[in-house]
Amino acid sequence: MTMAAELTSPKPSWNVARDVSELLEYHFMVNALLAGSIVAVMAGLVGWLMVLRRATFAGHTLSMMAFPGASGAALIGIPAAWGYFLSCGAGALAIGRLAGSRRRSWSEQSAGTAMVQAVALAAGFLFVSLYGGVLADLESLLFGNLLGVSDGQVLVLLAVAAAVVGVLGVLARPLLFASVDADVARARGVPVGALSIAFLLLLGLAVAATSQITGVLLVFALLVTPAATAQTLTARPVVSLALTVVLGLLVVWLGLGIAYFSVYPAGFFITAISFALYLGARVLVLVLPGRRADPLVPPPAQQGGVIA
Amino acid sequence: MLGPEFIRNALLAGTFIALACGVSGWFVVLRGQMFAGDALSHVAFPGALAAASAGIDERVGLFAATVAVGAGIGALGRGVITGGGRMLGASPSEDTAIGTTFTVILGLGVFFLTRLSMSPSGGSGIQGAHTLFGSIFGLAAGEARLAAVIALAATLLTAAIGRPLLFASVAPDVAAARGVPTRLLAVGFAALLGVVAAEATQAVGALLLLGLLAAPAAAAHRIAKAPYAGVALAGLFAVLAMWGGLALAYVIPSLPPSTAIVVIAVGIYCASSVLA
Repeated sequence: MTMAAELTSPKPSWNVARDVSELLEYHFMVNALLAGSIVAVMAGLVGWLMVLRRATFAGHTLSMMAFPGASGAALIGIPAAWGYFLSCGAGALAIGRLAGSRRRSWSEQSAGTAMVQAVALAAGFLFVSLYGGVLADLESLLFGNLLGVSDGQVLVLLAVAAAVVGVLGVLARPLLFASVDADVARARGVPVGALSIAFLLLLGLAVAATSQITGVLLVFALLVTPAATAQTLTARPVVSLALTVVLGLLVVWLGLGIAYFSVYPAGFFITAISFALYLGARVLVLVLPGRRADPLVPPPAQQGGVIA
Repeated sequence: MLGPEFIRNALLAGTFIALACGVSGWFVVLRGQMFAGDALSHVAFPGALAAASAGIDERVGLFAATVAVGAGIGALGRGVITGGGRMLGASPSEDTAIGTTFTVILGLGVFFLTRLSMSPSGGSGIQGAHTLFGSIFGLAAGEARLAAVIALAATLLTAAIGRPLLFASVAPDVAAARGVPTRLLAVGFAALLGVVAAEATQAVGALLLLGLLAAPAAAAHRIAKAPYAGVALAGLFAVLAMWGGLALAYVIPSLPPSTAIVVIAVGIYCASSVLA
């Protein structure tokens, strides 16, 4: 945030190509764009499934796990990244345990998720006050530090993204099946429960990596909004998945580009642009009723039903 | 322990805030609207920041933001639950809509935080920390009385609409057919929840409100199946968590009161799931 404030001098010209080349002369901008792009692809793919599975609340809770993770790591003196990954992993298991059981009602599941989040935040606050003086970093913890990404962070991010996308690729078919129609999937021998835990862990991993860059509070701008926009526009899985990634990349690039020439932080522009796209998509669907897409009844569910 | 004035202020405000959270939380759990309650608690932060950067009393922004978003969620959302507890008839993108909406509001929070840190008065970090985590031991006598009155009013209002709200939550279609204004109730309840969120934010902070809203109510749902007993139990659990948390934080100075309150509330939930 202070870096952004120092950058009040650059003024955008109307020559976009020159602006972009000026922006790419700075190493920190290149790193920010690289990290942002990796995050956009990974968060887009995982977020797409999250929106489909209606696990938005779980995803939000996992993003909050980063807070005790970072403050706990500072307290015991380990690298913050470890704290993020450990606590998001623990959070994923806790949500899976407390809220994952299919026998529980929707309201009990969401209450369980809420409880995990409450405990996480309470623990985070405890760590902060035990550590003392960490509050100076609170802002970057909450809202990220896109302009301060190091080379090492980019590499770690790339490795995590490759792992997450790889596992997602392997699990894609059964996961999609289980997400769309859990009962039929279970009847066909798909391990729905194990898949649910696996997905939460992947989500936790993706969130932990993302929130180090975008901050705890703004993970959602990349996780949920592009996916929600895409799923509003089309019900075809492959098309909306591709659209999600494209939208995510677009939002990150635009947000970073505008933030470079502004005193306000990138997080604000990223959330604002992605929300504007989402609103635009909702309005478009309202105006063109023929394009209304209902993500809960995509073709795979009916196929499954016919086969069963 | 009751000697210092700040403890008495904290107890006065805390008791009624906890009561309001417990009672409205019971309906939140019943209606499966936990995510909405969560979103409200986070919205309080940008609201307060916006007011601060505009030079208005923080609390005005807090209430304006939570009540407006609450009413918006109530108006947009169709999150209704059938008797079996399964979400039915809800728009599939409802929780997604909540997620996207409150993300952009948090984005606005960053915007206002930056504005605030550029303004000559400065000092945004501390202010942010107060809004996010609350400072129940820092309430003045007047603030505590005002908080208690507002929280009590919110509790009484929730109790007043309790019967039709229960009907509309459990069997929305039947309730609508019988002439219960389900839509109006949904909006009204969500706005009321906004008031409770804004109120509780000042005591336990925006990030920890969830503990008071979810844990006592979920515990009450596990133990009591009858509605009125459940509501009463949720209020009781919340007040107990508040008292216990305040006492614990008083005895152990390094323990923040918000943490102690949430830990006790969740402890009550864990005990209830072992018992029931």
